[in-house]
Amino acid sequence: MSREPLIFEKSAPGKTAFKLPALDVPESPAGLNGLPLREEIAGFPQVSEIEVVRHFTRLSQTNFCIDTNFYPLGSCTMKYNPKINEKIAALNGFLASHPLAPAALVQGNLEVLKTLEDYLMEITGLDAFTLQPAAGAHGELTGMMLIRAYLSDRGEPRQVVLIPDSAHGTNPSSAHLCGYRVQEARSNESGTIDLAALESQMTEDVAALMITNPNTLGVFESDILRVAEIVHAKGGLVYMDGANMNALIGKFLPGDMGIDVLHLNLHKTFSTPHGSGGPGSGPVGVKSGLKPYLPVPVVEKTDGGWALDYDRPKSIGRVRSFHGNFLVMVKALAYILTLGAAGLKELAETAVLNANYIRKSLEGVYHLKYSSPTLHECVFSDKFQKEHGVQNIDIAKRLIDYGLHPPTMSFPLVVPGALMIEPTETESKRDLDEFIQAMKAIAREAAETPDIVKSAPHNSYVRRLDETAAARNPVLRWEEGE
Amino acid sequence: MSYVSLSDDDRKAMLSAVGIASVDELFCCIPDEIRVKRDLDLPAPMAEPELVRHFQGIAAKNKAPDTLSFLGAGAYPHCIPYVVDYLSARGEFISPYTPYQPEVSQGTLQITFEYQTLICQLTGLEIANASLYEGASAAAEAVLMAHRLKNKPKVLIAAAAHPDYRKVVGTYVKDLPVRVEEIGYGASGGLDLDDLERKIDSETSAIVCQSPNFFGIVENLDRIGELAHAHQALFVVVVAEAASLGILKSPGASGADIVAGEGQSFGLPLGFGGPYLGFMSCRKEFVRQFPGRIAGETKDIEGRRGFVLTLSTREQHIRREKATSNICSNQAWCALRAAIFLETLGREGLRQMAFQNIQKANYALDRLSEIPGLRRKFAGPVFNEFVVEFGGRWPEVESALLKQGVVAGLGLAPYYPRLEDCALVCVTETHQKEDIDKLAGLVKEALR
Repeated sequence: MSREPLIFEKSAPGKTAFKLPALDVPESPAGLNGLPLREEIAGFPQVSEIEVVRHFTRLSQTNFCIDTNFYPLGSCTMKYNPKINEKIAALNGFLASHPLAPAALVQGNLEVLKTLEDYLMEITGLDAFTLQPAAGAHGELTGMMLIRAYLSDRGEPRQVVLIPDSAHGTNPSSAHLCGYRVQEARSNESGTIDLAALESQMTEDVAALMITNPNTLGVFESDILRVAEIVHAKGGLVYMDGANMNALIGKFLPGDMGIDVLHLNLHKTFSTPHGSGGPGSGPVGVKSGLKPYLPVPVVEKTDGGWALDYDRPKSIGRVRSFHGNFLVMVKALAYILTLGAAGLKELAETAVLNANYIRKSLEGVYHLKYSSPTLHECVFSDKFQKEHGVQNIDIAKRLIDYGLHPPTMSFPLVVPGALMIEPTETESKRDLDEFIQAMKAIAREAAETPDIVKSAPHNSYVRRLDETAAARNPVLRWEEGE
Repeated sequence: MSYVSLSDDDRKAMLSAVGIASVDELFCCIPDEIRVKRDLDLPAPMAEPELVRHFQGIAAKNKAPDTLSFLGAGAYPHCIPYVVDYLSARGEFISPYTPYQPEVSQGTLQITFEYQTLICQLTGLEIANASLYEGASAAAEAVLMAHRLKNKPKVLIAAAAHPDYRKVVGTYVKDLPVRVEEIGYGASGGLDLDDLERKIDSETSAIVCQSPNFFGIVENLDRIGELAHAHQALFVVVVAEAASLGILKSPGASGADIVAGEGQSFGLPLGFGGPYLGFMSCRKEFVRQFPGRIAGETKDIEGRRGFVLTLSTREQHIRREKATSNICSNQAWCALRAAIFLETLGREGLRQMAFQNIQKANYALDRLSEIPGLRRKFAGPVFNEFVVEFGGRWPEVESALLKQGVVAGLGLAPYYPRLEDCALVCVTETHQKEDIDKLAGLVKEALR
């Protein structure tokens, strides 16, 4: 494949891909008076329209994506993104509404917000939702702020948040951003929270336990009621990271089972496209006691239709401008309406079946640190392959040669050399089998011809990249004259 | 419809491979007493044609798109060349996740690198990140970053910065050892330099100033930057209307240390407020405290140029609670749209667009100022928004124009009680002369 240059390298003076209608008001030099104007922007691109189109089209062809490749990136729930939802979110009524338009002019949008809140309440068993957070980590931060506000209001400036050692990195980071000290909650040999350790760690200085369920190993925290009891007994709250809710829809209602605050990832469970890294949407649900603290504004039904309520004295304020990633919410709502209750339940069941099929097929071929039953994902490790000098990253890169996207490797930290595999419900048996065969073939190669694995990928647009050099001598932008 | 791909036979074969009779057995880890025993109470599933009809009905309840609107205030109507929609809709851009595996994500990574370069060129600073959520939380991240760099308790923020942005900053710092104080605005509508001189001291980590500010006034950034640096404080410039960067002197050239802003004007539809695009740039020496993902250039083992996510030891997946931010998913697809938009407009197109905003806003300002009973509130130079005062009659003007399908502007009473009779009016290149003339005509009639 030929190399696509940087757009700046294609640029030449005088070229353009854009034309505005002629200025139709009298040009007034006075308008520029007092304004500090800039020189021409040095190095800014000048290209024709076909150059733009070829540039982005060629670059797109170097990406793996769900539309072309199996993408079992654990914890990220890379399921199929229904195309019709893109068309629905692009309806002009949604696309062209200004966020500050009078409520009477955006009744449809407010209906979307309130309806989605209602459905998420039904799906989680919680009493109220805010849709403002822009992504999962943003939801975590919002949830922590809600807990802080709720406890402060009760005169309890608690300082500590407990987080299991298996948690995603955003959990400790979000708690810390909210001014909390993070303490690790130990897991036991089955990969779940150690109740005895929790009991000894749970003091009256602990604001909350942040728990992911099913956890990042794919294991359901089956003692969740007991866990909540221990935390509540000392006046703390239970926060659930709902990143893995895909395994639980229609099976488990967090709000009925001791969870006080939870966030969902609409870009995971509810199929909105990941967009190469965002936009996401991270709604936060709470039990009724925390409702007064939700961010403003809140959508309310009034006699005159839907309205926005800003007058909420106990609110934590705002975590974002306007109303959150609205168009993402439209897609999530369309998804819920397409599936209905039965479809959502089938989704969870199929996601769990697919993951267990992979687990069963690869057990013995790859090391499984925890033998506990798992739901929507399974976490193998490179322990067997390490005997031949092959690591998880090598296995991941070799999968690329087979046309498959690698699993997640950066966590959970409790599994060294992790290979976290989440197939989701939308994959066919044929695709799962292809992945299983590739993983088996790579295990054979690791034993017989390890160098092929260690030097992978061989057929990609670029081969293994020097990440150490990139960090040691950072080149973070193009500069003229390069 | 659930988009699953298993046939009945597949299911049977897979259950038997797993060694179970029913999928229920896989959920045995959820104790029976906490398992949901009922069906969720949700509407019956809709087929695609029903779904489309349903949403067309909801979208039709929004009358806003049918009005002639002069709303801005952090969300701006701008032209979007069709290639932006066309190219960004590709599945190769919409359906991947964060480019953790660079060998199969060079497209996203190279575009991110180009996007970072464009943001650096526009803001006049040395490095930029791959995106943040939107303008207000980007401003909050900038405040947190400045505080980490200076570790002094006070942050000064312009009262004429966007009210939502100030509110988000307040929410983010509430539980941290940071005190935020506001600096007032003067008669010109710009930052009150005397107030700044009174409040800035050796305890100040940063001055946060928005330009053009919430009133549309272009600030004297050079002077504010000098004051910040004279007191060893960082100068943080917030840009809520990124189109202004196409023609105005860059914040970096005015001494900004950190720039944080909203990139919605670069190819993102109004969309009732999101998804938008938070952008951020800073001086190179601050890179270790910079939040968010960053793409960098490197080589592969055959010596070919390639791009990777880099400097990730700042980030939550490595550093956990010691990370510079908790951000994980950002707004990558919105940054992609901004890159397509900016590369399409190019050097001259972006300047032309910005120039037309200034010209049309000034034409509107002139036309409105002629109307008896109406007064331009602030004397400072504007980009594409301005504040007008209605002699006590804004509410009636607002409702009279609404009846004619015109949203004349944003009433400022909820945001600035002292400006209760004022409205913020925004005019961009998307407004035609006849739109502006209509606005002026109707306002004149309403005030008669």
